[in-house]
Amino acid sequence: MKVTLEINGESRSVDASPWKRLLDVLREDLRLTGTKEGCGEGECGACTVMLDGEAVNSCLVAIGQCDRRTVTTVEGLANGEVLHAVQRALVACGGAQCGICTPGIAVCAAHVVDRGLVTGTDDATARARIRELLAGNICRCTGYQLIVDAIVIAAREVAKP
Amino acid sequence: MDRPEVVAPVGASVPRVDGFAKVTGRARYLDDLDAPGAWHGVTVRSKIAHGKLEAIDLDPAFDWSQVVVATAADIPGANVVRLIEDDQVALVPVGGHVRHFDEAIAVVAAPTRALAFAAAKAVKPRITPLPPVFTIDDALAVTSTLHGSDNVYKQFLIRKGHATDAELEAVFASAAQVLDGTYTTSPQEQMYIEPQAMMAEWRDGRCYLVGSMQCPYYVHKAMKHLLGCDAEGVVIAQSVTGGGFGGKEEYPSMLAAHCAVVAAKAKHPVKIVYDRDEDIAATTKRHPARTRHRLAVDAAGELLAIDVDCVMDGGAYLTLSPVVLSRGVLHAAGPYRCPIVRVRGRVVATNYPPHGAFRGFGAPQTTFAYERQLNKLARARGEHPFELRKRLALRSGDTTATGQLLGFSVGTDEVFAAIEQVAGAPPVRDGVNANGAPVRRGRGYVFYFHGAGFTGSGEQRLAGRAAVALTASGTFEVRSSSTDIGQGSITMFTQIAAAALGVGVSQVSVVDPSTARVPDSGPTVASRTCMVVGGVVERAARALRAKLELWAAEVGISGQPIETLAHKRAAAGGELVETITYEPPPGIQWDDATYTGSAYPVYGWAACLVDVAIDLDTYEVTIERCVQAVDVGKAINPSIVKGQIEGGTLQALGWAVLENVVYQEGRVANANMTNCIVPTFADAPELETILVEVPYPFGPSGAKGVGEIPMDGPAAAVANAVEDALGCAFDDLPISPEAIGLAKPRWRLS
Amino acid sequence: MTALYVRPRELREALDTRAAHPDWMVLAGGTDLMVNANHRPEPAGILDLWRLGELCAIRVEDAGVSIGAGATWWEIQNHPVIRERLAPLALSAREIGALQIQARATLGGNVGTSSPVGDSLPALLALDAELEVASVRGSRRLSYATYCTGYRTTQLLPDELIVAAYVPLPGKATRTTWRKVGTRRAQSISKVMGAAAITVDGDLVVSARVALGAVADRPIRVTAVEDAVRGQRLGAAAADAARTALRTAIKPIDDVRSSAGYRREVAENLVARFFSAGSMS
Repeated sequence: MKVTLEINGESRSVDASPWKRLLDVLREDLRLTGTKEGCGEGECGACTVMLDGEAVNSCLVAIGQCDRRTVTTVEGLANGEVLHAVQRALVACGGAQCGICTPGIAVCAAHVVDRGLVTGTDDATARARIRELLAGNICRCTGYQLIVDAIVIAAREVAKP
Repeated sequence: MDRPEVVAPVGASVPRVDGFAKVTGRARYLDDLDAPGAWHGVTVRSKIAHGKLEAIDLDPAFDWSQVVVATAADIPGANVVRLIEDDQVALVPVGGHVRHFDEAIAVVAAPTRALAFAAAKAVKPRITPLPPVFTIDDALAVTSTLHGSDNVYKQFLIRKGHATDAELEAVFASAAQVLDGTYTTSPQEQMYIEPQAMMAEWRDGRCYLVGSMQCPYYVHKAMKHLLGCDAEGVVIAQSVTGGGFGGKEEYPSMLAAHCAVVAAKAKHPVKIVYDRDEDIAATTKRHPARTRHRLAVDAAGELLAIDVDCVMDGGAYLTLSPVVLSRGVLHAAGPYRCPIVRVRGRVVATNYPPHGAFRGFGAPQTTFAYERQLNKLARARGEHPFELRKRLALRSGDTTATGQLLGFSVGTDEVFAAIEQVAGAPPVRDGVNANGAPVRRGRGYVFYFHGAGFTGSGEQRLAGRAAVALTASGTFEVRSSSTDIGQGSITMFTQIAAAALGVGVSQVSVVDPSTARVPDSGPTVASRTCMVVGGVVERAARALRAKLELWAAEVGISGQPIETLAHKRAAAGGELVETITYEPPPGIQWDDATYTGSAYPVYGWAACLVDVAIDLDTYEVTIERCVQAVDVGKAINPSIVKGQIEGGTLQALGWAVLENVVYQEGRVANANMTNCIVPTFADAPELETILVEVPYPFGPSGAKGVGEIPMDGPAAAVANAVEDALGCAFDDLPISPEAIGLAKPRWRLS
Repeated sequence: MTALYVRPRELREALDTRAAHPDWMVLAGGTDLMVNANHRPEPAGILDLWRLGELCAIRVEDAGVSIGAGATWWEIQNHPVIRERLAPLALSAREIGALQIQARATLGGNVGTSSPVGDSLPALLALDAELEVASVRGSRRLSYATYCTGYRTTQLLPDELIVAAYVPLPGKATRTTWRKVGTRRAQSISKVMGAAAITVDGDLVVSARVALGAVADRPIRVTAVEDAVRGQRLGAAAADAARTALRTAIKPIDDVRSSAGYRREVAENLVARFFSAGSMS
């Protein structure tokens, strides 16, 4: 099946079985290796991409379903060489250690702050909300603390431009 | 920009050198690497825990024309994954014994992953079952002989302050109070988010291996023996590694063996990337342990004697069990003053996949036991649990269970003070949660320590080396086999070297560890990378700087900035390298035969406070607060050190209440991420971390090991908190809701 | 042989395809069917219902809410009327997996699979939902209470598709409650799960619908409890009656995640809590 989709602002076409996972098309056919496979079952979030404006696990999306749809991967988060607020905050806060979960977290967190989903006027509420929204991204290195710090900062920055 | 343009002293939270690559997805892990023409490898594994391999049948209906199958017969050297001993095979040979479920029997390779998986299913090992051993007690009873005559891989006996068992028993018999408890800890999966991955390529008779690993020279040593080649015959390189925690200390040698052998047969490079399920099922776990801890006190509550008997389950092969047991045994008496100590340890053979390295490496298991005991002692005496620990704690001038006289860098008082400063009042005992369920709250404390570096004369024997070089381009390069597995060693080495050289961090890079390019600095384990290797890097950098300054004086340009001298010297004479070998601090006396003396060059010290709330409808434990105060000597990069402590803390909290590896007939029954769970963002409390610095004079800028210590204490703190809440003891991990529910008849909520 | 693929633009086309190819995989969010997809046999064909307009609407009517089978749990949890008046459904939506799953997983998927641990299913039972299913032969309404006929087996015929769930709005005298006990705080499989809709007169229980998940081969209404609490006073009387009735009404199992004993005891605690005074939503 020929599948044409927009990836990081560019139209791309692949010829693949419609059953092939979006994750594999990204990594193998398009050599966009920023998106990672951690589990293959939608548990770890390392494969998170944006699909038509929603953060989803690309290991659970069949490429046939992506025909005429829009995908953003971690490679498309930055604006040229200008990193997204979440990426900058993760670097500044030390929120990436081994880094394998980082692309998935960056994509999900970028979605969450761009959509204004981090609600709560006080820090505690905002942090709890961030934890709930990011719970589909597993990190084994950080204990999550510095990542939450980073997303709080990014959310504030995005909220008042 | 690729790296931060900062001139920063040691002690600054410089952003990670590799941070930009990681947040942009540009960092390339093994499965990201371009591998044109590479085939995919899949391992064929035993579905029986113990048996004799009679034959390996290939399904004749399968089209084998594009597939190769490698077996033990294809191993050119020795069919052994060399580690401490040579007991573990890389592939079970026909006629040999299968010793654990999912043991590797063959490796297939094919041009596509799908074909390789299909081919693996068409390889049918024929195994005659033998009686398996699945419990420590069956191992000790030798229901089946798996190792030697008694199934004991290794045992230790430490005595302090007494010569015979009779003397010891006399102290217990006459003590004012004796506490006797048995504690069990569960196996734990490292769950690095990047599964095991490796690629092998043969070029001109030499094998090139690249993969996710902690110890390139461990793999190198194993591969020389397996391939029957010399040191030049195989090159091992680390790719960017997505987490290890010990799980990639020894296992990558097995994976390298598989890749190399099947790649030789396929005459193509072969990449093996484990599926998560396979990774959980077949690779190493934390050693399950059962520890009996007896303590005797006098009427004033001073410790008279401690007697520990620890048995660990080593699984099907010896691998690293002796060292795990060693560390467990050396920490078993805890950081407390006690004149008489006996510690016995054994690690036994069973038919589980071999247990292996996982952060803490034996210490978390025995720490759980001693901190539960100390907690019970406080409760029995009606003493505040923190006050009792403060009273009994080791300080400078005291001796440990092995007779080590503690001198410098003992942060006992500092960590206690740090916790007390922030502890606040204990949480309100009874409440109602958001689900309308009654909750019961409790607080738990622990105090604990962790020896940094290899035991005794281990570091001296390792003789780790690192080099700092002035490259032909005029910048500097650190060459070490230490691997960054997330702990930030690249940034740490960069900071240390830059500070010692007197240049900005942008002038320093760290070479990707490959055995072709870096000396053997020793393995990336044992909380030694900063303290030991960082120290060697510092000395090498200083020596290189001295050489540069000497040259500057000779050519008459003294006083110019080092960066300028570097460029000029590079232009004039090319590369300049200083390679330094580790030198142990003076006066470390250690007797391996009696296990007495200075077990470790220095210890980290820590105290932890945990507040829990237990839902009385569901028995779920919510960790409402966790504070760790850790004496790290010197935080080279506070943000990185804080991140390490937080990561280790959450692994310990997960081990305490959430995590488990469930075996059924020797097979991992929960071998997927759905059922072998680790904490999510929502499970983690807001972690509070207090860095305490009591410098270690022989560590770079005073730093000592920090990677493992945060793992050791919090599980016992959780158990102590639950005991405080429910009034009864929880002595087995995990403290699951099921376990709490089963204990209901023992609850004392008054 | 790679799969064929159809993305219908209208429900009619979807039904035609379903009738012509009952062996094809009906795929919307894929959060269940695509697990380990690279190790699953490729389906003969894929009928892709993702974002099919007629299946995605959430419509509030006088007496109830119609939720399209293609509505995602993210949409459901954020719908103001569902949040306010069908709280068990909104709460269960928030605890299905995590954000990435909720963005794709649909009501139709959860109902279509009707796993014993489907997170929304006890809520649908307690709220007395009806399903609208359709085929080329027409459409029909099925009560969810009788929809599940066994382990992952339902009344849906091979040529049918689930179109919507119709969930009546509880009256003023009816309070609803829900709780999931998972293996961890998020992204978890349920160990025990319960939902209830309790109609009261003052503090007397007039009637109740009590549903549990993860304690049987399908989500269940526990009629023994519903009978036992009728006429009881909210508080100890009703709670004790519920607990006692439940004890012999369910036979949960041991599995890799939890034990029969835990499931039984916690199910009793949850159900008793539902009937305690002052615990309603």
